[in-house]
This record gives sequence, structure tokens and C-alpha cells, in this order.
Amino acid sequence: MMKRDECFRLLARHLGDEAVVATYSSAVDWVEVAPRALNYLSIGAMGLDSSHGLGLALGRPDRRVIVLQGDGSLLMNLGSLVTIAAAAPKNLLHFVAQNDTYEANGRQPIPNPKLDFASMARAAGYAAVYDFSDLRIFEQQVGHVLEQVGPVFATLHVAPTKELKYDYPSLYDPQKRKAFKAQWQPR
Amino acid sequence: MQASAAAPRELSGGGIIAALKAGGIEYVLALPDIVTSAGLLAPIARDGAFRLIRVCKEDECIGIACGLSYADRRALTLIQYTGFLDSINAIRGVAVEYKQPICMMIGLLGHDPQKAPRASPRYGVRIIEPILDDMGIAHHLISVDADIAKIQPAIERAYRESQPVALLVGRRPKAS
Repeated sequence: MMKRDECFRLLARHLGDEAVVATYSSAVDWVEVAPRALNYLSIGAMGLDSSHGLGLALGRPDRRVIVLQGDGSLLMNLGSLVTIAAAAPKNLLHFVAQNDTYEANGRQPIPNPKLDFASMARAAGYAAVYDFSDLRIFEQQVGHVLEQVGPVFATLHVAPTKELKYDYPSLYDPQKRKAFKAQWQPR
Repeated sequence: MQASAAAPRELSGGGIIAALKAGGIEYVLALPDIVTSAGLLAPIARDGAFRLIRVCKEDECIGIACGLSYADRRALTLIQYTGFLDSINAIRGVAVEYKQPICMMIGLLGHDPQKAPRASPRYGVRIIEPILDDMGIAHHLISVDADIAKIQPAIERAYRESQPVALLVGRRPKAS
């Protein structure tokens, strides 16, 4: 079983000027791995990360957008798979870290831990779909995944991690939103 | 007969669409609402000036509009009041607490345009304006053609001041 932070370290090696939407547990791991102004952490309501990512991708078709969503969040917004596939942003890459757990909300299980999100994304109409549970294979293929024409979907099967510290005032700091906008607005 | 009593009580969908264009709206994020379906959504879908994104659930619109705003792209969320009620948490978090420019056009299904929404016999309609007031969200009733003049300034203000606005559609707009 992979660890989320290990996957993110591999992903971060390939990053340039992409926007990265990350929330809750994924955000805690991501900002430790890759603190940067182009991290978009304030989504306002659980589940909306994929929708924010779609808006960012539509607004800047010349830039890539990476969404790092948790399985609990995606379950709250499953319809966004259909909306994203229909809108078909070529620059959107949608990763879901599946640990079968509402990790930020007391480590309770999701309703059904046997879900196949990749199949859902494929059925919704994503242009390319991947499913990773081996870190070595993910390391070999992550660069290839990021080069695909979107919308791209990838499930990362990860184990629940160590107890995380959720510093929400820092994650949702309005100054971070301003810094993001300064780097994302068209010039 | 007084002139005001004889004046037609109609709402032009074309007039609303022109106001949206004047307000710089490029994206329409929508889930069909019977109040606005024929008079607004259908002509918007045929209008090449807009990019229409059809969503599966109304709160998606709030995230999409927010993401677009970071690239200075203006969006209209076109939904029914039931969808507004269903999206309250997203609107609370994104539009109000994060102070994002979320422009919503909300069809008041079942509203009697002869009455104020607060006096509607329909409970769901009656509570909309009080909820908006409690959330501190500016709102405007768009019920007759004269109300269309409120639309562009409301959109401009929302984006200038980075705050949400709700435009409540009180009768079915005519398609032409």
C-alpha cells in the first residue's frame, strides 16, 4: 500500500507552474511536500475541490490544474465527475487519494470501502484514467500521466497516515488566496 | 384606467441576456429550473457568446464560479431556489466567508409575481429573502422588464467588491 505523502513527493518532482488544488488531509501532506503560492487550499465546503479545479482549468486553458482530492470529498461531489468530463478541460488532472476513510473527520470509514473510482471516472467520460496502488509503478508513470490530454483521472490507493495536524487558520489564510491570484491572473 | 395598471407585466428573456452580456458574463453554470428554462437557459444554450456548463448539482456552480474568478472570468450561476437552499453551505463558505464574487440568478418556482416573495404562500419561496438577509448577501427581485436595469450594476458590484449577489427571478421570462 502506498503512502499519500510519498506519492505527492513523486508528483512534486514534475511540477512547474501548475495550480494545485488540495484540501483537508491531502492539503496537510501537500503543503509539507511542496509549499508554493500556486497551491489553492481554500475550497469553502467539503467536496467542492473538484469543482474549483474545473473553474480554474476553464479560466486558464493555457495552464495545467492538478486536483488532489480525498475519497470522502469526491463522494460528496460525485456528480462533478460527469460535469468535468462533459466540460472536457484538456488541462485538468484529477487525483483522488483513496484511503477509504474520512481522515480529517475522526478517521471514520467511508460508506463502502470497495469503491472503484477509476471506473466511475471512465464511465463519466474522462479522457484518460489510471489506478495506482504500487509506488514503484506510480514513480515510473507519473510523468507520463501528467503529459496526457485531460481531463485525466487517477486513483492513488493509499494507507491512512500518521495522525495529522490540521492548521486550518494557516491553510485558509486569506493572504494565501491573494498570493495565488497574483500568480494565476492572466497578465 | 391608469397607465401603470395597463402596463404589461412581462419579463423579457432577451433583455436579461443582454444585461448579462453587458455585465461581462462569459460562463453560465446551470441546472435547469422550470422558471428560467425556456426564457433564459434555452436561448443561452444557443448563444455563442456564452460558454454553458451544465452541472449535476447546484453547489458545483459555486466552486466553478470561484475558480473562474481567479482568472478574472465572470460567471452566472443559474438555478432554482431549491438548488440555492441545497447549496447553502457552499455559498456560506465560498461566497460569504471567503468573499468571492458569486453571481446567482435564482428562479422562484411557484412564486406569484403579484406578491412580494416574503408574502408568498409557498414556504420555500417565502424564506429565500430572509435567508439572504441573514447571510448578508445582496439581492434583487427581477420580476418585470423595468427590473432588468438592476442586473448589470449588481454584477459589476459583485466583481468590483468581491462579494456574492442573488438575482431572484419572480416570473417566467419570455423567450424573445
